[in-house]
Amino acid sequence: MTSRLTRRQRRRISQGAQYAVFVAVIVVIAVLADWDRLQNQFAQADLAERLFPDIITTALRNTVVYTLSGFAFGLVLGLLIALMRLSSVAPYRWAASVYIEIFRGLPALLIFIFVGVAVPLAFPGTEIPGGTYGKVALGLGLVAAAYMAETIRAGIQAVPKGQMEAARSLGFSHARAMVSVILPQAYRIIIPPLTNELVLLFKDSSLVLFLGVTLDERELTKFGRDLASQTANSTPILVAGLCYLLVTIPLSFVVRRLEARAARAK
Amino acid sequence: MPTPNEIEIRGLHKSFGDNEVLRGIDLEVATGEVVCVIGPSGSGKSTLLRCVNLLEEPTRGQVFVGGTEVTDLDVDIDAVRRRIGMVFQQFNLFPHVTVTENLTLPQRRVLGRAKGHAARVARDNLERVGLADKADAYPAQLSGGQQQRVAIARALAMGPEVMLFDEPTSALDPELVGDVLAVMRMLAAEGMTMMVVTHEMSFAREVADRVVFMDEGRIVEEGPAAQVVGEPRHARTRHFLTRILDPAAAEPPGPDAP
Repeated sequence: MTSRLTRRQRRRISQGAQYAVFVAVIVVIAVLADWDRLQNQFAQADLAERLFPDIITTALRNTVVYTLSGFAFGLVLGLLIALMRLSSVAPYRWAASVYIEIFRGLPALLIFIFVGVAVPLAFPGTEIPGGTYGKVALGLGLVAAAYMAETIRAGIQAVPKGQMEAARSLGFSHARAMVSVILPQAYRIIIPPLTNELVLLFKDSSLVLFLGVTLDERELTKFGRDLASQTANSTPILVAGLCYLLVTIPLSFVVRRLEARAARAK
Repeated sequence: MPTPNEIEIRGLHKSFGDNEVLRGIDLEVATGEVVCVIGPSGSGKSTLLRCVNLLEEPTRGQVFVGGTEVTDLDVDIDAVRRRIGMVFQQFNLFPHVTVTENLTLPQRRVLGRAKGHAARVARDNLERVGLADKADAYPAQLSGGQQQRVAIARALAMGPEVMLFDEPTSALDPELVGDVLAVMRMLAAEGMTMMVVTHEMSFAREVADRVVFMDEGRIVEEGPAAQVVGEPRHARTRHFLTRILDPAAAEPPGPDAP
């Protein structure tokens, strides 16, 4: 059959087919899913009510604290590794590359177990300062640093070479030029990807549950799981999930705004 | 070692890998003298200039600025560079701070000047280049010509004893070239020692005390501006000047063209 459809006809058929598939999928899910059981298991209003205010004052608060401390540690370490990657001393470059490849290549979970088990074994008698909070900052920070180092390196390299030359020709030392001229410019370039990293860390903070935490140190995932098993109902998981989205969706929105602004500034 | 020469270059060689860009340069620039370096692209003139403040490290040879050997491995290069102002083709203003901060940041961080002192020097130098009214603008808000004048003011604010210009007008729209050249002419008249890599032949003829013609990493011809630009002795200089001064007159490249 030789079809002699006009462009308008083709577009109508193509769009019609796509809408039809979309509606069909929704209908199939809506009809086949057992909504009563789902509601029973995941959306018990009275159960959800009992989670408050602890889920906010303890769980969400701890999630935020873990994330921010991991981010802060990761940022400092990441900056250090990025500068090592760009160093003129070859062993520094090698060490930085090895670090980045290892910590980007390992699941965050393994690193958490490593921090929880191997560090106390390797340095007997020493405690990671800050207890659980310190361990989490270390675990999250070690992983985040590897990603952030690459982001920061790319940001530094995106600053035109002439900026360093201008600074050096004015008499800045290399280090001074880096701090006063290059990093402030790189900082603007790397803010959106770093905010993205913050979103990832926020979710990865759930791995804390593998470190063994006290009741007061529980974050959202651990809190939700514990209460779900206590009540033999999954509603706490759903509420914990909503708490994550409460933070991650606005953050993603901020990232998009920052990216749009950076694109306009170019 | 006392010397009347502000810049002395002896037996300078520079290679990038196998590419020999400078093949033995000897050149002096006396205190207060304005020397223009001209030549075809790839002749090594920018590299020569960049060797003077060691943005490029020479492969062989010596460079002295104000009696200090720049090429000495034990010299404090940051201290030497403070005495050498440099102006780039691409301006290289710091885009993240205002015009005034472009001038005060180096003074404060490098020279350790107090805030008020640095601000005063910045204002004076912006006035010299005629841009006092742009003090609070960001570089991106300025035209290329204005940016280049700010870049000159930024270098001057450090109180240099010599200024290097690396094709300062090559990135500018033709109608903006004049303002930048006017500032450079003013500096020359004030007695600043200047080394200028340029394609502006009228500037070279009027302002330069001496013109140096370079080709293929060597100095082919040097002398008073009127002579090198007006009555060049060397065939290569003549050929180059014809092409620069009247590009439309160039012959179409024939089968034996380079």
